[in-house]
Amino acid sequence: MITLGQRFTFEGGHSVEISVTINGAQHTHDVEPRTLLVQYIREQVGLTGTNIGCDTSSCGACTVHMDGESVKSCTILAVQADGSDITTIEGLATDGQLHPMQQAFMENHGLQCGFCTPGMVMAATSLLNEIPDPSEQDVRIGLEGNLCRCTGYHNIVQAVLAAAKAGAPA
Amino acid sequence: MIPAAFDYVRAGSAEEAISLLGEHGDDAKLIAGGHSLLPLMKLRLAQPSMLIDIGRLSDLSYIREDGDHIAIGALTRHHDVEHSDLLDQHAPLLKHAASHVGDPQVRHRGTIGGSISHADPASDLPATTLALGATYVAQGPNGTRQIAATDFYEAFLTNTLADDELLTEIRVPKMQGAGWSFQKFNRRAQDWAIVGVAAWRRNGDAGIGLVNMGSTPILATSVASALAGGASVEEAAEQAVAEADPQADLNASVEYRTHLAKVLTRRALEAAGS
Repeated sequence: MITLGQRFTFEGGHSVEISVTINGAQHTHDVEPRTLLVQYIREQVGLTGTNIGCDTSSCGACTVHMDGESVKSCTILAVQADGSDITTIEGLATDGQLHPMQQAFMENHGLQCGFCTPGMVMAATSLLNEIPDPSEQDVRIGLEGNLCRCTGYHNIVQAVLAAAKAGAPA
Repeated sequence: MIPAAFDYVRAGSAEEAISLLGEHGDDAKLIAGGHSLLPLMKLRLAQPSMLIDIGRLSDLSYIREDGDHIAIGALTRHHDVEHSDLLDQHAPLLKHAASHVGDPQVRHRGTIGGSISHADPASDLPATTLALGATYVAQGPNGTRQIAATDFYEAFLTNTLADDELLTEIRVPKMQGAGWSFQKFNRRAQDWAIVGVAAWRRNGDAGIGLVNMGSTPILATSVASALAGGASVEEAAEQAVAEADPQADLNASVEYRTHLAKVLTRRALEAAGS
């Protein structure tokens, strides 16, 4: 953990030690202050399910949960996430069983190429955490931060509604 | 895209952040949610040599009643503004406008103080707080001062805070039952407004703020004066661009923005009632 008021310079290769819980496991690494959270998750922790899409906080492909809420990990520095509890797409399935949201995406054909899917599923589970029984309009508005270029969104919306009906936990 | 290298320090208090700002001046930038600053840093449009992280100053995250005002801590996230019962009761226009900022993920991180101090004319909250007659509180090495929203926005992405001042609070007068409307016109769900209008009306008084109609957020005082002078909504809305200086960009020409501002102002005034 970073101590308050402690200054880190990167001149001469100094880096910052951060500790983050990811999918229940504690990770401690040295990072350069400018490291993005998504880059840290993919390249240092080695979890590549979280995608980098637009890299401008528009497309939502990099969505993960930070302390239980959906965030865009391309627009957060790893040092800002120090001490937080992160869940990525790899953390949803338990004991080989897909999370109900993943299952609903599969059953409702909520994906085609699949690139947006990890971010879409993480945004959708965060949405149900806030609105457990959403209307179709709630789902459409709740997923406005995630772009899909294949499905036309219809089946994604159906999947989220189906998961809500099945009582999917966040 | 990865930002250029910088030094990083996590401030433990507002005083520490202010002292660091005093030490490093223009080379340092404050970061809270980072949702305005980091995109600029990735594009090298901002290249601070030091980031002072104020994101953990949780004592600056609050929404509370203070006499005839609602006081909102600068570190309060858009998500918390959007879901505040107190704002629902006393400043529903601001609560509603916050729900239009970016998308849910952005609202989970972005803060009202960050959005205000970024001073982007295309952002929803600067123009909305301007319309509401808000006051901003800044803390510097010699204490705090209040800045009227009308004196805060100096130029494009430029506010009147000193280099060693930190925005700590946004004070919004209670709306006292005023009718209100927020009109945001954009092409994609999560985008910045091509033009936006935040308006309230109560017993002949009105406040109208324009989003993306100049290099700063615009207070459309001529519209309010016209209404106070007995003009119809249609006549008053024709004055929408009197204080504005719209610019052309990829999304809209000056003529189109002018047209939109008048139409959206009329709609907002109609929806806000008298």
